[in-house]
Amino acid sequence: MAADNAYLAAYPAALPGSDLPWLQQVRSAGLQAFAEHGFPNTREEEWRYTNLAALNKTLFAPTEHQTVDAEWLKAWRLEDAWSVVLVNGRFSVDLSNLAGLPEAVTVTSLKQALLDRPAWLQDYLGQAVADSEHSLVAFNTAWFSDGVLIEVAAKQVLDQPIQILHVVTEADALAATRNLLVIGDQAEAEVIETFVGSATSYFTAAVAECFLGSNAGLTLYKVQAEADKAQHFGGTYLKQAPDSRFMHHNFAFGALLARSDIHSDLDKASECSLNGLYLGGNRQHIDNHTRINHLKPHGISREFYKGVLDQRARGVFQGRVIVSEDAQQTDSQMNNRNLLLSRDAEVDTKPQLEIYADDVKCSHGVTVGQLEEKSVFYLQSRGLDEAAARNILTFAFANEMVDKVENEGLKALLVEQVLAHFPAINL
Amino acid sequence: MLSIKNLHVSINDKPILKGLSLDINPGEVHAIMGPNGAGKSTLSHVLSGKSGYTVTEGSVTYQGKDLLDMAPEIRAREGVFLAFQYPVEIPGVSNIYLLKAALNAMRRHHGLPEVDAMDFLTLVKDKVKLLQMDEKFLYRAVNEGFSGGEKKRNEILQAAVLEPKLCILDETDSGLDIDALRIVSDGVNSLRNAERSFLMITHYQRLLDYVKPDVVHVLADGKIVKSGGPELALELEEKGYSWLEGQAA
Repeated sequence: MAADNAYLAAYPAALPGSDLPWLQQVRSAGLQAFAEHGFPNTREEEWRYTNLAALNKTLFAPTEHQTVDAEWLKAWRLEDAWSVVLVNGRFSVDLSNLAGLPEAVTVTSLKQALLDRPAWLQDYLGQAVADSEHSLVAFNTAWFSDGVLIEVAAKQVLDQPIQILHVVTEADALAATRNLLVIGDQAEAEVIETFVGSATSYFTAAVAECFLGSNAGLTLYKVQAEADKAQHFGGTYLKQAPDSRFMHHNFAFGALLARSDIHSDLDKASECSLNGLYLGGNRQHIDNHTRINHLKPHGISREFYKGVLDQRARGVFQGRVIVSEDAQQTDSQMNNRNLLLSRDAEVDTKPQLEIYADDVKCSHGVTVGQLEEKSVFYLQSRGLDEAAARNILTFAFANEMVDKVENEGLKALLVEQVLAHFPAINL
Repeated sequence: MLSIKNLHVSINDKPILKGLSLDINPGEVHAIMGPNGAGKSTLSHVLSGKSGYTVTEGSVTYQGKDLLDMAPEIRAREGVFLAFQYPVEIPGVSNIYLLKAALNAMRRHHGLPEVDAMDFLTLVKDKVKLLQMDEKFLYRAVNEGFSGGEKKRNEILQAAVLEPKLCILDETDSGLDIDALRIVSDGVNSLRNAERSFLMITHYQRLLDYVKPDVVHVLADGKIVKSGGPELALELEEKGYSWLEGQAA
């Protein structure tokens, strides 16, 4: 526990909201939970396959630096989108672009929101996820240095997406952020979270809490393209009111170790659709942990995750669907398909269905395999050499998830990312 | 064009082709008929270079070169096209992408520049019309969710774009209703010319009503046991294969 203590010893003296007693209480509770537990360890069932020892080998520390190479960042920016940039865990007003945002939409730094409307925030912060979830959430609660608040008023439909760029520029930096997305009744929004770094080794610990009003719709994208030696934790936790629709697309390309949690609590007749793609090479470790909690009747959930693992990469997929006693007529499907390209690649996939209602339609399927030789031959018989055929088939396997993305600009960026994993494809 | 001499082929030490010989000249359409298990599909697979087959004896010469010595993709680029009996579904790869990649692979092989995007689109759309296909098919994943007839039409579309010198049709008529058969046959007929040769492998005579062969061969027990003109197919339709089995060519 010595290194965990190093984090405690270096706990920042001043963090946003330190003058708010209620937040102070929340922070102390998080700090205490972390102090008691340290980072999650492999003895915990939900962390069995994911070893966070690296977090204790280096003390990742907050930094005030806010300088970003704008040219470099440009490659990650989407056109036709509002954007906010978090640099090393702090909101950058200069880099953000919110021109023309409708009045019924608030996009601001969490720090500012804590000054402007602390009482309102109290109703949301920590309400979609509790520190007891695991100690990284507690760590985030104690350490978050800023974040983004997005509030879309009832009935407001956004005609452009909002991009949140999480950027880390300093070596060994800690970027701990808390984002809040509050989508009002019958409102609709599209939000794109992009995680990138110009430094090589750093630690991102980002938590997003999302609240969907009744009949609201949220499409949330996560593009995790962190630097090669980065450690990434990203948790997305939702509360879905009746008849709400949540669509998530989770792309995990980067980082040395990446863990994503996506958890949603579904009220009556709400829909939750989780799509994911993880591409791992070298010694990357990518863990996706999803939990769909059907609490009330008539909910629909669809989950489809695909993984491609090469070299010594390891993937972990944990898909948990809980159908509570009350959640009759739940309709749930889960699918996880994996392609292993090398003998040393590994995937641990664990679908978990826990059904306590008796009138439900639930299914799940998992595959782990290699490319089909008959497909390779088919392409060869059309003149493509074997290496190209294999690359194309692998790309195609992965690209199925990219194809589900409706935002054309984002899709193009994703295709580039996927292609970068499979050189030798001449598109 | 193609000269097969005394070809012996085994799968896992089990002999399938047992001394097959066949010569096809440029522009000729040959039909190979025969009962199940005669080795018809093995022949098409060996010619296209599918793995899992061992050639124990004999030779295949294509345009003066040893065909068996070439990798599958080289055969394709040299102009050998196999229309699959069971075309493979390739989710995530669009038809138009495959067509373009295949055409460019062939062009590079022959030292030609890659095809211009606009020219390519014009070319492909022409061929789509020829096969009476909806242009939407171009943007769908290769064969994914296609009906049996659509898959076969798609194979002929590929042939039409790639313009092979030797086109092997492996049971292209199987699973087709009469309308689809007519469309596929029209496509094949439109590809016929003085240089292009066809090897049609079929179980039934009905394809030959639409695509008139120059020569009909009967393959039984790994060998060609009889060859003749189109009338041979009609005779087979009437009498079945049993009267030919055990007979030497």
